[in-house]
Amino acid sequence: MAHSTTAPDARRAPAQKAPALWTDYIQLLKPRVMSLVVFTAFVGLVCAGTPINPLLGAVAILCIAVGAGASAAFNMWYDADIDAVMRRTRGRPVPAGKVQGADALGLGIVLTLLSVLLLALTTNWLAAGLLAFTIFFYAVVYTMWLKRWTAQNIVIGGLAGALPPAIGWAAASGTAPANAWLLVAIIFLWTPPHFWALSLYTSQDYAKAGVPMMPVVKGATSTRLQILVYSIVLIPVCIAPFFTGLGHLPYLAVSALGGAVFLLLAWRLFRSKAGEGADPRNTPELYDVKAGAKDARNLFAYSIGYLFALFATLAAERMLGMA
Amino acid sequence: MTDNPTPPHLDVPGRPPPPADPVAFAKARRNRNIAIALGLVGFIVLVYLVTVMRMGGHIAERPL
Repeated sequence: MAHSTTAPDARRAPAQKAPALWTDYIQLLKPRVMSLVVFTAFVGLVCAGTPINPLLGAVAILCIAVGAGASAAFNMWYDADIDAVMRRTRGRPVPAGKVQGADALGLGIVLTLLSVLLLALTTNWLAAGLLAFTIFFYAVVYTMWLKRWTAQNIVIGGLAGALPPAIGWAAASGTAPANAWLLVAIIFLWTPPHFWALSLYTSQDYAKAGVPMMPVVKGATSTRLQILVYSIVLIPVCIAPFFTGLGHLPYLAVSALGGAVFLLLAWRLFRSKAGEGADPRNTPELYDVKAGAKDARNLFAYSIGYLFALFATLAAERMLGMA
Repeated sequence: MTDNPTPPHLDVPGRPPPPADPVAFAKARRNRNIAIALGLVGFIVLVYLVTVMRMGGHIAERPL
């Protein structure tokens, strides 16, 4: 399923309606997404257990954050046509006409080069290579290919968002052992239930833009089932760091008890009618019906808190000398 | 007098139309230039500090 909702030229803002402020360029970097990247990369760096000069560690985290920002700038450039159609994204700098698409592309290229090279200089080429791969995967594999082509877009594309802990780990230690990839696996498996819960109550936006998100392609019932299945797979993986020696008893408590609540919310969402009014295959005229949206919102919000609690506990255990 | 502020010889196809508020655009461009300059200076300082840290102490005593 390949879609292009408007002409390719939509990627370029036809004319600037207002002067581009430096804050508009900050918006191109998706600072809220960047904060999650910074946090998970920091936890990876701490969990590596290898002492690193605080300044070098801070620069490494900065590089990973800027690399994530570069990915976002590429995304904003390429997706300006569909961002302009979706209510959630039409205020972004490029579709809003504040920043030219070519400027967003240029910013992405410059920040990619600076962040990868500075990370290599600061730490090592493994970390820099992983960062370069992450930017490539998000900008090219996810944004240019998967997003408009398959309902599995955020499943496969989620790898880009999952890699920062491994980059942080590699930055500190020069290696990426199994425990680093366990952290990657947690975020990778967390992404589908998190984003599909969101897409259940924003699917009309995706349908309008021609983005084949799961509720648009398979319908709400199938999406809720897949959220439940992914949640059942996710929770044991979240508990696994306790058994590999990465986490300790506090982590076991947080991951198991928090995981039980996660499963409960996923079950409630499965039993709800979330997204059904917005199923474009059956009832396009019922887009405004928000049946069960509360259950979808609950899981979406809780999933953020659960991931934060897992990583914060791991970092706290390390910093308090429990490992 | 014509209502079109763009002289005909500047009305090139593909060229963006002139900004509605040239003063605001000039001010925004100046602020962006300052932000870029600060970013570049910050990058240079970081490279300098990282280089010093990576070299470590007693650099002058190391064998060539």
